[in-house]
Amino acid sequence: MAWWVVFALLIINKAGGLIYNRTFAPGLQKLDSNDYLILAGTFHGIHAISRSINPAPLAERLPGNRKPPTTGIESLESSHFRLTCFQAPTGVKFLLVTSPEQPNTDVVVRRCYELYGDFVMKNPFYSMEMPIRVEKFDRALGGYLVRP
Amino acid sequence: MAVPVASPSAEEKTPSYVAIPPAKPFQSTLRYSSNRKTIYDRNLNRTKTTEISLASFAYLFNTLITYHHSKSSSVSEIEHRLNRAGYPIGIKMLDLLLYRQPPRSATRPTRIVELLQFIHGTLWRALFSRSADALEKSTTKNNEYMIIDNEPLVNTYISIPKEMSQLNCAAFVGGIIEGMCDAAGFSTDAVSVHSAGEGDEMWPGKTIFLVRFKESVVEREEAIKASGG
Repeated sequence: MAWWVVFALLIINKAGGLIYNRTFAPGLQKLDSNDYLILAGTFHGIHAISRSINPAPLAERLPGNRKPPTTGIESLESSHFRLTCFQAPTGVKFLLVTSPEQPNTDVVVRRCYELYGDFVMKNPFYSMEMPIRVEKFDRALGGYLVRP
Repeated sequence: MAVPVASPSAEEKTPSYVAIPPAKPFQSTLRYSSNRKTIYDRNLNRTKTTEISLASFAYLFNTLITYHHSKSSSVSEIEHRLNRAGYPIGIKMLDLLLYRQPPRSATRPTRIVELLQFIHGTLWRALFSRSADALEKSTTKNNEYMIIDNEPLVNTYISIPKEMSQLNCAAFVGGIIEGMCDAAGFSTDAVSVHSAGEGDEMWPGKTIFLVRFKESVVEREEAIKASGG
């Protein structure tokens, strides 16, 4: 039980800019804000490549010139962490960094998307594509992801 | 020879009133859906099945705030505009809720406390599906009453940025209360809205609606009380 930990959540806007980052577990290695921006930009690029370069044969062509939808990278795993990526239809990406043992990361990341939909998008004082500084979103995420 | 000064006589001729512009012909903006049923075709008494989703309300309210925010230069102006937006709703809600009271036992609120209980209970239940959390009388002034809501429904998804910390978007609800008090014949000086959740761990969104009745209303109330009414 103690190993199931959510380490961090990053939100990347559709242009590849980091609009939110927060860590949830104590005692993590610190990254400075510049590193976070580089990480977000790099991941955005790799994710875009993974969407267009696809070894599997195309299932069927859609009408017109549209490409069949591909999700791009959904998760990255290493011995110490797992990164789950969820891309919303609007192009906003949610990156959830967890311990590899954490189950149901896709459910967790979708719940974060739901909270984003509630507290960020329904907030009249948030301007689109800008860094998220929304008090109730912080509180709701804390209530959901911080383990007492 | 003294030349008469032209300006005073000219001023006399200018009428001291402004003519009221002729009434515009009424043009309905009502749109019909495909089955020709409008919101006006619904039964006024149907309450349980006509609840709307919180998300759609949130987006509509969001747009209202964004609009008034863009037109206002100060926080108090936004609150004033939200108050004005709620006012007509309060006027109509009084009639609608009285109509929805159980037949034969429906009475109008005719005393201050009755009216406030009507707002605290009936109005809150109709709008937000629950009563307000407290109803208090000011200890210092006899024309001030407070309706307290721990977590106003209209503020569910709204976070106020730091530079506007004075703003409370429940001013809209304050306008509804003001409209209802005025329509019931209890004129108010103002219904102001105050955030009281600072440092409150349990209810950070706690909001006080301060209802300030006009002196004449309080005098009338005391006269009724003195006559044993």
